[in-house]
Amino acid sequence: MSEITKQTLSELVDNIKSKKLSSSEVTKAFVERSEKSKELNAYITEDYANALNKAKKFDEKPNLDLKLPGIPMAVKDLFCTKDLRTTAGSKILNNFVPTYESTVTQNIWNEGAILMGKLNCDEFAMGSSNETSFFGNVQNPIDKNLVPGGSSGGSSSAVAAQLTPITIGTDTGGSIRQPASFTGTVGLKPTYGSCSRYGIVAFASSLDQAGPMAQNVKDCALLQEVISTYDEKDSTSIDFKRNEYSKELTNDIKGKKIGIPKEYRVDGMPKEIEELWKKGIEYAKDCGAEIIDISLPHTNYALPTYYIVAPAEASSNLARYDGVKYGFRAEGENLIDMYEKTRSEGFGAEVQRRIMIGTYVLSSGYYDAYYLKAQKVRKLIKNDFDDAYKKVDAILTPSTPSSAFKIGEKTNDPVSMYLNDIFTVPVNLAGLPGISIPAGHDAKGYPLGLQIIGKAFDEQNILNIAYAMEEKINFKKNINDWWIK
Amino acid sequence: MSKNKSEYLINRHDNQYEVVIGLEVHAQVTSESKLFSTSATKFGAEPNTQVSLVDAAFPGMLPVINEYCVKQAIKTGIGLKAKINKRSVFDRKNYFYADLPQGYQISQFKDPIVGEGKVTLDMPDGQKEVGIERLHLEQDAGKSIHDLDPKNTFVDLNRSGVALMEIVSKPDLRSPDEVNAYIKKLRSIMRYLGTCDGNMQEGSLRADVNVSVRKKGSKEFGTRCEIKNVNSIKFMQMAIEYEANRQVDLIEDGQTIDQETRLFDTKKNETRSMRSKEDAHDYRYFPDPDLLPLEVSDDFIENLKSEIPELPDEKKKRFIEKFKLSPYEANILVSDIETSNYFENVIKKSDVKLATNWIIGELFAALNEKNLEITESPISAGNLSKLINLIKDGTISGKIAKTVFEQMMEGDKDPQKIVEEKGLKQESDPKALEKLIDKVIDDNRDKATEYKSGKVKLFGFFVGQVMKVSGGKANPQLVNQILKKKL
Repeated sequence: MSEITKQTLSELVDNIKSKKLSSSEVTKAFVERSEKSKELNAYITEDYANALNKAKKFDEKPNLDLKLPGIPMAVKDLFCTKDLRTTAGSKILNNFVPTYESTVTQNIWNEGAILMGKLNCDEFAMGSSNETSFFGNVQNPIDKNLVPGGSSGGSSSAVAAQLTPITIGTDTGGSIRQPASFTGTVGLKPTYGSCSRYGIVAFASSLDQAGPMAQNVKDCALLQEVISTYDEKDSTSIDFKRNEYSKELTNDIKGKKIGIPKEYRVDGMPKEIEELWKKGIEYAKDCGAEIIDISLPHTNYALPTYYIVAPAEASSNLARYDGVKYGFRAEGENLIDMYEKTRSEGFGAEVQRRIMIGTYVLSSGYYDAYYLKAQKVRKLIKNDFDDAYKKVDAILTPSTPSSAFKIGEKTNDPVSMYLNDIFTVPVNLAGLPGISIPAGHDAKGYPLGLQIIGKAFDEQNILNIAYAMEEKINFKKNINDWWIK
Repeated sequence: MSKNKSEYLINRHDNQYEVVIGLEVHAQVTSESKLFSTSATKFGAEPNTQVSLVDAAFPGMLPVINEYCVKQAIKTGIGLKAKINKRSVFDRKNYFYADLPQGYQISQFKDPIVGEGKVTLDMPDGQKEVGIERLHLEQDAGKSIHDLDPKNTFVDLNRSGVALMEIVSKPDLRSPDEVNAYIKKLRSIMRYLGTCDGNMQEGSLRADVNVSVRKKGSKEFGTRCEIKNVNSIKFMQMAIEYEANRQVDLIEDGQTIDQETRLFDTKKNETRSMRSKEDAHDYRYFPDPDLLPLEVSDDFIENLKSEIPELPDEKKKRFIEKFKLSPYEANILVSDIETSNYFENVIKKSDVKLATNWIIGELFAALNEKNLEITESPISAGNLSKLINLIKDGTISGKIAKTVFEQMMEGDKDPQKIVEEKGLKQESDPKALEKLIDKVIDDNRDKATEYKSGKVKLFGFFVGQVMKVSGGKANPQLVNQILKKKL
């Protein structure tokens, strides 16, 4: 048997079910590795002692019929966890301990998994490099001083560094897929309405979606199967027939039509991305898929549309952090003064920037020109995909326009930072599922990802394509544990 | 002088001004739980005991629409003869305040659940129709309490998230009296429907009042001022009178009226500027992304239509046609669902004319005196019905009936028993009455002679004497007949 933390989720589940490993052994191994990996700064809040206790309890009376029996797991700190601090990476929620559990995490615990702690993320999930977190940068295990992507940067770092066998992130404009791409891991953003938003700290309600992050496609499928449930507590949750994604997973994708959108060849895109895409097309062909050139004509407008819709919703969603009820409060002369001080000191610069953008685009006199226009364009972007899906079953694109960059490289250039999400954002705007799988390395040896976009509710299909391609790609991780002394 | 005596005009020098009023009524939906959460809505609970995580806007909490409140709003729309919109949208109205936990109120802005409708008012000089612009659903805010502590403000979130219907009228009202009639009619309709209890003391019904003035005959509207959150009809009327006169004075003085939001100071009986148009909030309305557009089917609406009871206008028509009531009587009896129920219970087994008179006359006066609602009446409909039957069949006279009624008011006693116990039964035996009358004539020989010699006015004196001697029990008709014969 290989070292515990090197095992995939499926291996761990098998070993626990066949009693070759106990939950305590597995939990201890991941806790120990997490403790040795503090330099990555992947955790905001550790809950190791509780995790070990829960593992012990699980072992005393193991229920091996569960899908995640005694599996330890850390989750993005955007999911509210009962009795464990939930910060959303922000000073304003620095002291916030929920009395309730998010539906998605509850689903995970219901299947036997054990919470190890809360993972770092960009403040309120606003960022593409995890650099906006109040709790500091996260290191990418690929290389020192390299960003792990964002906003689910703690999650991608923790999975890539094997501090947790799997994890969950949230994806509003690429926050699962981009960090997965930057760390050589697999990340799925499900169809909007697939996973409940109940108990997830909101960024942009019409775009936010939780999803699994894992070492491989199979693990990703299993976790998706656990977290995706219809939930009456979320009015945007959709009641559709959910597959047993891991059981129905197949690498037989012969005859599947895969679209290649010409608009995803953007100016200034590094050559290695272009080549990765070409290689991806060849892999897909090798799997028996049929490649079809398609057009998504409004792709160019996706990023500006996103940067109107998301901040607009965020400016309203974040109004509740006012120092009155919970979280951080700065003392003030009067109510208004208290509001201003609390929000100026409690929110970081990027969050403040987006609140201001959002407030501006919703203001009277600008609403029609920005917000309303953006909603119309959003509809056109969705129509583009609808038209494309008359011809194809899925769409293949690069996940990001570049590999991971250095910490600090883009912090003073928000636009260049926003451009990171150029390939992932249209998927959120259209509410579609998308998965990023590691597909190669650039000249520096940094991982690069490919994205497969599916039809709404067609997670099974893109998981299958990803599963088949994963086999052909045979991606080799090159992480040397540089942070462990 | 205006031709129409009920026309409300303000005279200054040679000018006559007409007052134009539109109301935005906030009516609390009668429902067990809040618009988007399962917390209770009971009035008067201990502060912050009816608050869920959703009402307090905890991170990650999401609103889920309460279907019952939707039904209540649609029913109200049907009662207002309004267009029901099969698709409506919830928007966020963004502003900061300590008692607004979300930092926004969920309301309906562009696409309300109910569109145009109308309400018919019965004014002294005839009927008047008032247009309804729209009705939409929205959340109430919490309550800030400033007077418990010199430095701190306390917040009670019990009301936070309670469902309100905002009912917006067209600017069709022209006087404080019409406003009075409009609010009462609206309240009556909603109480019939069971969609709002209309309790103004508890804040279940309050209104923003829009007032403008214009020279009589002018077609253009003047600049309006909005008087915020007035919670009694009396205050609305006082506020309108003050505000209309203030505006007329400004115009007469050659000044212009600023469009602004004003507050009514009930102690000083004046309106004061709260904020000008320039300072008006920019609420940054946008569709709430946590809620999908609300869509209701034709069947859903039809089902609700079948649940609508007979409403005051129809009931009034029926009372006039079927029971031959005057419009005045019918209006009074249908104004409140409880009154009309009482009336209909009484007339199940007794005479309509007598019942109408007794309810509108004696009963209302007695209840008024004791400050009781009809539902608290000591006399049940059944016993009032019995009393009326005792009058009708001649068992007691109307006068005796009043005595019996007074005793009934002391507790719900059976009038039959009161009559028997106190021996109040009317004397209708002609022989017994003849004996009585003979004695009265005998005792008043001189007056009898005068009567016979032509002083016919004295007839009343004899009737009075007979009634007096009989202790009021003598049947007045028979007394008349026999006296005429004997004298």
